[in-house]
Amino acid sequence: MSEQLSLAKPALPSQRKGGPLLEVEGLTKHFPLRDGFLFKRQVGAVQAVDGVDFTIHEGEALGLVGESGCGKSTTGRLVTRLLEPTAGQILYQGHNITHTDRKHLAPIRSQIQMIFQDPYASLNPRQTVGTIITGPMEINHIQPPGGHEKRVRELLETVGLNPEHYNRFPHEFSGGQRQRIGIARALGMQPKLIIADEPVSALDVSIQAQVVNLLQKLQHELGIAFLFIAHDLAIVRHFSHRVAVMYLGKIMEIGNRTDIYETPRHPYTHALLSAAPEANPDDEQERIRLAGDVPSPINPPTGCRFRTRCWKAQQKCTTEEPPLLQIAGNNTGHLTACHYPQDPTTAARDEDVVLDPALAALEQNAQESAEESAEESAEGSAEEQ
Amino acid sequence: MSSSTQATAGNDQIPEGPSADTAAVPLEIIGRSPRQLAWLRFKRDRTGVICAGIVGAFILIAIFAPLICALYGKNPYTLYGQNDNLLNSYGMPIKPNGGIDSNHWFGIEPGLGRDIFALLMYGIRTSLGISLCVTILSVALGVLVGLIQGYVGRKTDYFLGRLTDLMMSFPQQLFFIAFTPVVIALFVKPTEQEPTYIRFFALVLVQFFLGWMSVSRLVRSQVLSLREREFVEAAQLTGASTWRIVSKELLPNIGSTILVQTTLLLPVNVTTEAGLSYLGVGMQDPTPDWGLMFQKAAEYYQSDITYMFFPGIAMLIFVVAFNLLGDSVRDALDPKTIR
Ligand SMILES: Nc1ncnc2c1ncn2[C@@H]1O[C@H](COP(=O)(O)OP(=O)(O)OP(=O)(O)O)[C@@H](O)[C@H]1O
Ligand code: SF4
Ligand SMILES: [Mg+2]
Repeated sequence: MSEQLSLAKPALPSQRKGGPLLEVEGLTKHFPLRDGFLFKRQVGAVQAVDGVDFTIHEGEALGLVGESGCGKSTTGRLVTRLLEPTAGQILYQGHNITHTDRKHLAPIRSQIQMIFQDPYASLNPRQTVGTIITGPMEINHIQPPGGHEKRVRELLETVGLNPEHYNRFPHEFSGGQRQRIGIARALGMQPKLIIADEPVSALDVSIQAQVVNLLQKLQHELGIAFLFIAHDLAIVRHFSHRVAVMYLGKIMEIGNRTDIYETPRHPYTHALLSAAPEANPDDEQERIRLAGDVPSPINPPTGCRFRTRCWKAQQKCTTEEPPLLQIAGNNTGHLTACHYPQDPTTAARDEDVVLDPALAALEQNAQESAEESAEESAEGSAEEQ
Repeated sequence: MSSSTQATAGNDQIPEGPSADTAAVPLEIIGRSPRQLAWLRFKRDRTGVICAGIVGAFILIAIFAPLICALYGKNPYTLYGQNDNLLNSYGMPIKPNGGIDSNHWFGIEPGLGRDIFALLMYGIRTSLGISLCVTILSVALGVLVGLIQGYVGRKTDYFLGRLTDLMMSFPQQLFFIAFTPVVIALFVKPTEQEPTYIRFFALVLVQFFLGWMSVSRLVRSQVLSLREREFVEAAQLTGASTWRIVSKELLPNIGSTILVQTTLLLPVNVTTEAGLSYLGVGMQDPTPDWGLMFQKAAEYYQSDITYMFFPGIAMLIFVVAFNLLGDSVRDALDPKTIR
């Protein structure tokens, strides 16, 4: 896969000049958990996204990376307003769209589009490709010169499909081709921002690179800003200008591409990087194996959310939540949320960090036996719910 | 049947696995819609086609009963047996086999002496008419309730769901028997002669009242799963109105469910209607009715079994054909279902 993905490296994009397109502040989404017969009462909440801040500038590609279940899709759906945020605000071109209703959202609806994860579920099986692509245009009264059909052909050609296929149905296409149809549908709206929610993770490895290349080409040529969601760092490496690393509903580290890939500070970023297959296998790289499961977002750990799996965790991490800051030694715009950051390097260390759950438990027992038991019982009860 | 369906079942499946993204597609440019594919599959299913023919014949009979009887030269009201002295002193047909002859193809009714062929044609018309009304209304309400439950969700879903449960827990037969007279009494004073259309209306109403729940449940579950599909979210993203999402994205995808349910519900309703007439709360003499024929035939079956044959065999063929048709339609629409 790594070979497929090592595209011709584009010149590193200089800092984008465009103004901020999308500003997200303290974005939070808690899914309530209800229980009880007839009269449901809230017994807790899934803290899917918990106070996320980031900014996407015009024409900029931001990669959002994290393990499964950390709230990436939820973030994307909040930004596109498919979900109602619990707290925080979303500014689009300076307008607050956090709670705007459908009617008032209409003018900017077409400007924020989404590419979905599952190419088999994201196209209506009862509609032809033509209808799928023109439908959104009709709703938003987009009248392309030369008519809808001509535009559909153009779009199909842009995404690398046969323009004569506008009369076909989704079931007649392969996964990669369907994903291209989804891209054409988004492009038809002439969006300024596209949220791509793991657009290639459902595709065959051999096709992933093609689709990422297509998106990258569109991004460069049309100057569309992207929020590219992925679960590993390899996919977004050559695509993103900036990268945000997310864990359990919070952003752990955010920075320019070089900051994240070459001088990462957060232990979690180090772990993710060491898990990602490298383009050059000869490179001596540190190896960190993350053990254990992601804790439940219903009852996330106190203090730093990563502490249950972090090999540098100390007492302070349990009590104090590390703020997302530009810590000493970081470039501007490179923010890390960690009390005891790693050295800014990815070179191999003398000894591999291997997180063994048993070992970790032993160590922790010695340190904080009292706390540990209290927390475990809390987690246990969370799972029962 | 099953062999032919299975052979064609794989038709619309997408080539999976590591297929090249730019795989050559067949040269034919106009795509086949899922519906066209289903039609192709259906046409290859011989049982389905035969059953469709039989069902079609029954529907034609229902529509053209007056015409058929006019050509046949009899009507279901004249008491041929008494007028033409075809009955003996016990009211039984004199001729063997229930009085079958070139004049009365299916024989004549013991007692009153009406023509059985004409009775059956008109009886099918009445029964099918009532059942069709019940089915259409039930499916319409079921789809509506299911759509609302599935799409609106939350409290609405909860309360409509409990209402559905409540309705489902009614003992159907008892309810029909108890409430048909009640409904009729609402419209007709006990002293007045009751018009036939009131009874028709009342029968449709009571059956429809308890007939829509299975459809609504099915539609609800389908909408619930469809709503989670990303193409619905894609439509929401483009600012589509709720109405547009329901009519353009959801309804076309539950069309096949609705069709299958309709074909399965209709024969059930026909038998229910016949059952009600048999029990004496359905249509009343002298209105010709399929179920009423059974009631009459049951009175005479010891001395004239022939009378039972014709409505019985017709009903049997109808129900079997309709059920097989429903299965075939389902196979054609959804070849992936494992039976
Ligand atoms: N509608 C919902 N109701 C309740 N909980 C939800 C809902 N949607 C998501 N969640 C929970 O929120 C958390 C984050 O989910 P999300 O889909 O955002 O994860 P993700 O990072 O996109 O994961 P993946 O990589 O698997 O797609 C999960 O724990 C999930 O169970
Ligand atoms: S704050 Fe502590 S637990 Fe969290 S990542 Fe940094 S060192 Fe690890
Ligand atoms: Mg996701």
